[in-house]
Amino acid sequence: MTLAAATNENLANLSNTLIYSAMAVYTLAFFAYITEWIFGGRSKIGRTAAALTSRTETKAPDVTVQKGGSTAVLERPKVVVRAAAGARDVPDGPGAHGGDAQGDLYGRVAVSLTVLAFLIELGGVVARAASVERAPWGNMYEFNITFSTVAVGVYLTLLALKKNVRWLGLFLITTVLLDLGIAVTVLYTASDQLVPALHSYWLYIHVSTAILCGAVFYVGAVSTILYLFRDSYENKLASGGKPGQFATSFLERLPASASLDKFSYRVNAAVFPLWTFTIIAGAIWAGDAWGRYWGWDPKETWAFITWVAYACYLHARATAGWKGRKAAYLALLAFGCWLFNYYGVNIFVSGKHSYAGV
Amino acid sequence: MSKTTTGAPADATADDQDLGTAGSQLSTAPKEELPNLPSLGVIGWARWFWRQLTSMRVALLLLLLLSLGAIPGSLIPQSGTDETKVADFRSANPTLGDVYDKLGLFHVYSSVWFSAIYILLFVSLIGCIVPRTWQFVGQLRGRPPGAPRRMTRLPAYTTWRTEAEPEQVREAALALLKKRRFRAHLAGDAVAAEKGYLREVGNLAFHIALIVLLTAFAWGQLFKMEGNKLVVEGDGFSNTITQYDDFKSGNLFSQDDLDPFSFHLDDFTGTYETSGPNKGTPRTYQAALDYSVGAYGKDRKTIVKVNEPLEIGDSKVYLTAHGYAPVITVRDGKGNVVYSQAVPLLPLDSNVTSSGAIKVMDGYRNAKGVREQLGFQAFFLPSYVPGNEVASQFPALTNPVLNLEAYHGDLGVDSGIPQSVYQLDKSHLKEFKNSKGEQLRENLKPGETMQLPGGAGSVTYEATKEWANFQITRQPGSGWALGGAITAIFGLAGSLFIQRRRVWVRAVKGDDGVTVVEMAGLGRSESAKVPEELGDLAGILYDQAPGAPTDTGAESDGVSDSDAASAEGAEN
Ligand code: HEM
Repeated sequence: MTLAAATNENLANLSNTLIYSAMAVYTLAFFAYITEWIFGGRSKIGRTAAALTSRTETKAPDVTVQKGGSTAVLERPKVVVRAAAGARDVPDGPGAHGGDAQGDLYGRVAVSLTVLAFLIELGGVVARAASVERAPWGNMYEFNITFSTVAVGVYLTLLALKKNVRWLGLFLITTVLLDLGIAVTVLYTASDQLVPALHSYWLYIHVSTAILCGAVFYVGAVSTILYLFRDSYENKLASGGKPGQFATSFLERLPASASLDKFSYRVNAAVFPLWTFTIIAGAIWAGDAWGRYWGWDPKETWAFITWVAYACYLHARATAGWKGRKAAYLALLAFGCWLFNYYGVNIFVSGKHSYAGV
Repeated sequence: MSKTTTGAPADATADDQDLGTAGSQLSTAPKEELPNLPSLGVIGWARWFWRQLTSMRVALLLLLLLSLGAIPGSLIPQSGTDETKVADFRSANPTLGDVYDKLGLFHVYSSVWFSAIYILLFVSLIGCIVPRTWQFVGQLRGRPPGAPRRMTRLPAYTTWRTEAEPEQVREAALALLKKRRFRAHLAGDAVAAEKGYLREVGNLAFHIALIVLLTAFAWGQLFKMEGNKLVVEGDGFSNTITQYDDFKSGNLFSQDDLDPFSFHLDDFTGTYETSGPNKGTPRTYQAALDYSVGAYGKDRKTIVKVNEPLEIGDSKVYLTAHGYAPVITVRDGKGNVVYSQAVPLLPLDSNVTSSGAIKVMDGYRNAKGVREQLGFQAFFLPSYVPGNEVASQFPALTNPVLNLEAYHGDLGVDSGIPQSVYQLDKSHLKEFKNSKGEQLRENLKPGETMQLPGGAGSVTYEATKEWANFQITRQPGSGWALGGAITAIFGLAGSLFIQRRRVWVRAVKGDDGVTVVEMAGLGRSESAKVPEELGDLAGILYDQAPGAPTDTGAESDGVSDSDAASAEGAEN
């Protein structure tokens, strides 16, 4: 009995050490990303400006048509891709390193450090789960460390899938540090118990998908914000304005606004069915545990509001007058609802879900 | 259009003509119409109103309103969930309470204005789905539109020259596209093909599933019932309204809807973690029941656990709480038993420190032979650890101690004012005093007896039973709601992940007698998949109609066109 308690104690301490170590490594990664951005600032890039200001003469697409003489070797036909109606034909930025070799090196170092920190943090979460002998989301401290681990996991998965997302790194790691900082200072709770209503495999399904959805929505929200900046930058250039030095250096290196917009749409749309499922899993669990599948409990209500807000966003994109920036504002509003459901409802509102303390 | 539109060429109309109907009917989304006010009469207005209501813009607005409208209900106490909090709020802020009352803010989700929003949304949804379904059926009956005149304007395009005959190329293209499960047909000098109709099916299925879900939910709200019953081990319950401790039901529920059944609580078992950081955490909570369905149903045995209700007909029996019920025997001065019963006590914390009251209402006469009532304030620790008198140290019955405070007089139960069974109204009660003249209060272990002073009788703590609280609910339509929800997820996935796209393959003889093949693709939304798939198809077709060497200088059709700033039809 005492032996078991000691093991648990040791595991809890190990978890804390790992979380602090992860924070240290994330901090190193953060500085490496910063260095990448700084080095990247040395290179002079102005592709967007070039693309937007040379538009007086609209360019023909680069079509390579077989016109060779009577050579025997023939190339296979190439597909020419054109931008959609009304979309700007702007190339994507080169990423934070801005094409600078040294910057790129630091970027790679940053990603490697992120991987390392992720593994350490994952270890911390697992040790915490082992020490309390249940899933690591019984209170907000555990929820926070799990959430940031999953968010970084989503980012690294996208990178592993060879998606162009390295530009997300700095923004993601900054907020991960913030999230962990709040977790260890304000929210830290020693291991505690779960009430029996929490024992159900629907809980595991419901909460784990909720965390995953939140992490993906978060990635979507970051790229939406960057889209808004990049879009006003492009608008300014297109209307002949002259953005500031910093804005130019910084925004120039991000993907084109159309790419950012598409990326955030894809991310949000891809996870929306999972969010729908999360709510339904929650309803099934509530049906089993509380005898009603829907009761307008504050947590339920905000999950519903978040769902409707994302549905609004998806609708908006199908409605001509609401595309682009307006839809982006809706996406941010929807993510705000998600955040409020996570933090606000736990802190400000009491309901059946506020069982585990803050 | 939004600000993102830049430099759209002035020849957009020319573009449209070039594309013809190639991009038409690629979805069933309603066309955006600007609200220009009709000058017609009542019918004109009605039609205008209907068209507005079923437009995407208004659907969007109503959805926004719905989410905004749901917010106050999560911040203001709701009478449906917590009546006492509402009462507290009202007494703390009387004026604000009145305003909230007028606005229905204490029951947002059944208020007039909230209902108005979702009913409008509902009507909008139906008004939108029906024409879209017809339109889609029409699209399925018809064929994909023919190739646009200038295919270079489409978002994905490729071309090559071949020595194969145009007919051969078209035939090969038709066979290829059909094999790839496109709906394809020959239209003039080109093959027109379309794929991904499941996107539309998914979208319609999703919206229809929403209707089913909402209807099932509303149905459930109207016909639901919910009641609670506390049962001590050895006691039973039969499903009639009078047996419930409390009972709530929807507006259209009638007593005849109660499923006929009864049950008997044989045994309640709770086991708890005995060590580690989770010491005291319940590991199992289960109630062993004997139940029978219908008037003459045969007895069956079952186990009900916290997340595993017993289902009988449409009703579900949930185990929601448990506690202890000490068995108490009270005797009068002559030794006659005047009270003998298990008394359920209310748990106060997670270690089941409990409190309650024992009320002896009739049959007791005091030492002088005068009728009186007896009351005992009970405080119970299932695991008493010496030194800690105020809280139990573990939830199981390891060392139970019952603390009793004795009173006599008038319990006030006949005053007509409803009284909690767990509390004593001490206003007309007198304390029994011990030999030192203090309030009589004793700790009892099972089997022990406390004597009341002056031959007033005695009270014995015989043993401990457990009680379980059962919530019995009936919510018809939940099967439909679940079915709707699952359909909605699949429909949504189909709608979001499937691309609806068209491919055209034109093969004609050029001026020099060599066949020119042109291929183009168009998606419902701009996506990297469309050009990828087109390249793939072109590669296969190219193998069947290999490239031909050309005269230098001969230009392929249309590609040199320089004002190629935009292509119509690709949205998103
Ligand atoms: C309860 C209200 C509604 C909800 C929650 C809802 C939700 C959604 C969602 C989540 C989507 C995205 C799936 C997709 O893009 O295919 C969608 C698409 C769509 N909805 Fe709704 N909807 C509602 C009502 C309506 C109404 C009233 C209309 C008719 C005006 C409508 C028309 C459409 C159309 C046309 C699309 C497809 C857009 C596209 O193809 O990109 N919806 N809806």
